[in-house]
Amino acid sequence: MVVKLILRSKLFEVMPGMTLRHSLEKAGVPLESVLAIRAGEMLTEDEILHEGEEIKLIAVVSGG
Amino acid sequence: MKCRKCGEKAAFNMPHHKLALCKEHYLEWLPEQTERTIHKYQMFNRREHVLAAISGGKDSLSLWDILWRLGYSVDGLYIGLGIDEGIQYSDESHRMSAAFAAERGLKLHVIDIQQTYGKSVPELAESTLRGDKKPCAVCGLTKRHVMNRIAREGGYDVLVTGHNLDDEAATLLSNTMNWIPGYLARQGPVLEADRPGLVRKAKPLCRFYEREMAAYALLRGIKYIYDECPFAEGTKSIYFKEILNRMEADKPGTKLNFYISYLMAKDNGLFAPHADPELEMLHTCPTCGQATTAPGECAFCRLISRVS
Repeated sequence: MVVKLILRSKLFEVMPGMTLRHSLEKAGVPLESVLAIRAGEMLTEDEILHEGEEIKLIAVVSGG
Repeated sequence: MKCRKCGEKAAFNMPHHKLALCKEHYLEWLPEQTERTIHKYQMFNRREHVLAAISGGKDSLSLWDILWRLGYSVDGLYIGLGIDEGIQYSDESHRMSAAFAAERGLKLHVIDIQQTYGKSVPELAESTLRGDKKPCAVCGLTKRHVMNRIAREGGYDVLVTGHNLDDEAATLLSNTMNWIPGYLARQGPVLEADRPGLVRKAKPLCRFYEREMAAYALLRGIKYIYDECPFAEGTKSIYFKEILNRMEADKPGTKLNFYISYLMAKDNGLFAPHADPELEMLHTCPTCGQATTAPGECAFCRLISRVS
């Protein structure tokens, strides 16, 4: 079972057991551009992501 | 990762400050730092009346929330731009802003551009060369005019906007890449009302990363419009923010250092006063009374005359 990272309508799948930082690197999502939420809790980049988890990524960069 | 203040599990980490905090302490830390910024740059005080420009996004609503929590006298101004593009962007951002104000019992001025001037911002843009590709230039011109007008009419001492450090660093990088001396001489946390028709402007969030502001909004439970303005895709500001974020990933603190070093260099005389010739030659618009760089009507009044 993989870890699912969901950013707007995009879905990224990464292997479990990695940190959030490493998982975002694997998915090609810059850490500085998102916040990660797991079961309603904000995650720091050292958190390990586990098998079957769904992580919601919130885009933080806006234009204008 | 542990909260530096209490040792509980951290919710948010700021490598550039070498500081990780839990939810409770982050929600205390950010308003404290805002207060320090307000004092440091002498933006305003508790006797003054503040008008906050509210877009319904994370930065402006968080700014309003922070100033309200800090006990400042602050009303909001929402400008209805009439942007729909299939996602009812303006309607939704208005709804978010009004709900925020109602929940806290705060006063929100609402100015609808179509009702006030006969056309929405995209329609105004279509009728001018300024908006031949995107309405962003007309949108900026219109917002600056209306914000200044409402602040003056309402007798507010200062107008505050939710510009964060990423906004400021992206603008600075853009102006530096093009060596625009006038803009470089003028950019800063406070723009004084040193000419008739102008209201003092301040940016109390200018030292916070965009990611810090999003974390504040989420941890505080502020409901903001998550959709991006449909016209923002591919804009220069987002391009520069992405480049700066790549540098930040390699070396935490790059963005903060870029902006703060610039402010210090400016204070130390990097830019001569005549680097900003526009400020030296400001005139008063005979129609609206606001400052303009050329004799005669200002760009906004000329735009409205042309379309009406």
